Amino acid sequence: MTPRALKSKKHSISYAKWGYRFIAPFFLVFAVFQLIPLLSTIYYSFFEFYRSGLKEIGPNFIGLENYRQLFTTDLPKYMGNTVLLWIIGFVPQIVISLLLAAWFTDMRIRMRAQGFFKTVIYLPNLIMASAFAMLFFALFSDNGPINSLMLSFGWISQPIRYLSNVWTVRSMVGLMNFLMWFGNTTILLMAAVMGVDTGLYEAAEIDGCTSHQMFWKITMPLIRPILIYVIITSMIGGLQMFDVPQILTNGKGSPDRVATTIIMYLNNHMFSKNYGMAGAVSVVLFVISAVLCLVVFSVLTREDDGLTRAQRKELKKKGGKA
Amino acid sequence: MKTHHNTRGGKAAGIRLFFRYILMAILCFLCLFFFYILIINATHSHFEIQRGFSFMPGSSFLMNLKNVLNDANIPVLSGIRNSLVVSGMTALLSVYFSALTAYGIYAYNFKFKKAAFSIIMLIMMMPTQVSAMGFVRLITVIGLKDTLVALFLPSIAAPVVFFFMKQYMESNLPMEIVEAARIDGCGEFYTFNRIVLPIIKPALAVQAIFTFVGAWNNYFLPALVIDSANKKTVPILIAQLRSADFLKFDMGKVYMLVTLAILPVVIAYLLLSKFIVRGVALGGVKQ
Repeated sequence: MTPRALKSKKHSISYAKWGYRFIAPFFLVFAVFQLIPLLSTIYYSFFEFYRSGLKEIGPNFIGLENYRQLFTTDLPKYMGNTVLLWIIGFVPQIVISLLLAAWFTDMRIRMRAQGFFKTVIYLPNLIMASAFAMLFFALFSDNGPINSLMLSFGWISQPIRYLSNVWTVRSMVGLMNFLMWFGNTTILLMAAVMGVDTGLYEAAEIDGCTSHQMFWKITMPLIRPILIYVIITSMIGGLQMFDVPQILTNGKGSPDRVATTIIMYLNNHMFSKNYGMAGAVSVVLFVISAVLCLVVFSVLTREDDGLTRAQRKELKKKGGKA
Repeated sequence: MKTHHNTRGGKAAGIRLFFRYILMAILCFLCLFFFYILIINATHSHFEIQRGFSFMPGSSFLMNLKNVLNDANIPVLSGIRNSLVVSGMTALLSVYFSALTAYGIYAYNFKFKKAAFSIIMLIMMMPTQVSAMGFVRLITVIGLKDTLVALFLPSIAAPVVFFFMKQYMESNLPMEIVEAARIDGCGEFYTFNRIVLPIIKPALAVQAIFTFVGAWNNYFLPALVIDSANKKTVPILIAQLRSADFLKFDMGKVYMLVTLAILPVVIAYLLLSKFIVRGVALGGVKQ
């Protein structure tokens, strides 16, 4: 083994330039289409810079004025909306997904037709969110199929105006987000649960643990990293919530802008070409996302045993040689 | 004692199983019911739909299809073509270049290797919306505004795809194969294209599907980049339909357009579902 290890070491020196060549396109495109735009977005967030009719005002440096304006006017409301809409979809999602993951991996009570269930519950994730929202809009319109069905069953005496009521609009957005994401979360959590050493469950069973205890005392602690990953990535996804409320409410967030999310607000500024304000909204979004990204980063580069990926690789190498 | 325990366990297990199936049935119903109404209504004419919902399919499928395709305000055919071009190119570019990047970091040792990996991992989950404003200004300056190229070219830098590829290489691509190729006199680039790519084909396929679907469904950025009617992608057309005067609209056409937007993905999914579901589980960070 040793001569080969030596050889690969020698090679690694002469091949180094290939490493740079192979990763160059990625970093070049990243710099041009993401990094430079991000820097210019941050830069313009400190300027008065918008279009009024055909005239372009600015850019005039105004310091933090855009931010002050954001936080004293609409942004807190839209942040609240975004968080609330996310929670309405996420809480049922994580509860159902954990439940399904536990059931699908339950060795004692085997469920049949798992392949079918997984196929069906993952399906909504692939549906175009804007088309899904358009479908909900049509189905829940005042004389749409849902009202028509409920009337014919005699459940209601007159059509419900789903799209004009605060809580029905919120519930619809939440329901759509739930339907689109619970299948995905279930499959991720299932993979995590199946990664748990089955010997632990066998030992627990011998010790007389109930399945309830096994779930809370073995499964939950051991799938914690993936659970954190799921929660944080879902938060980042929630921050980006746009297609569903935008199409459902035609960009208005109606009634009374309760369904206007941060990205819808950003989108409005972009369309009215208010670059200063759009920049400031983006920076706020960037700061929140950066914090969440750091959490994801630490989860992904740390293994369950507390070692970093690099350390683990080192161990693997040593193990391979031995 | 043992048998007693077993029968009691069996009965309780049966009841539990029953409840589990009931909840699963409800969830499946929720997942499928809306699409059932969609498909059914796409086969009914506007007047039949207005009269109330019927569970049986109608006979106006072809008429609705013809009406949608002939509507000059909603260029569906060019929309589907544009979406196919953007999604296809996105899948191709992101998969190829992510594999290239992952291989660069997996197979070679160089000074900034760790730093490069850390940067990609840090930006992995960063929403593209944060730089959208600068992006739109940039493509306006360099003349890519209102082009399809602006929608797929940036996908060369796709951190999530990169991460998946790197994970896959770590468990499925032994460096011995690469070294053997070198001994045989293969160039580095040739080795990647002819030896590495075939080995990681399953990962390429899974990620190609996901990036294709993601691009197909993307609405936010295309809506900001595209202005011309003949360059619009399908989600933009859906949004356009939503902002049209709804009371005057032919509902048969609305359902048909939504069907056209989601059906290709649904059919592809049903054909490849096993493969895709396995891919999701693999993408789940780590096992």
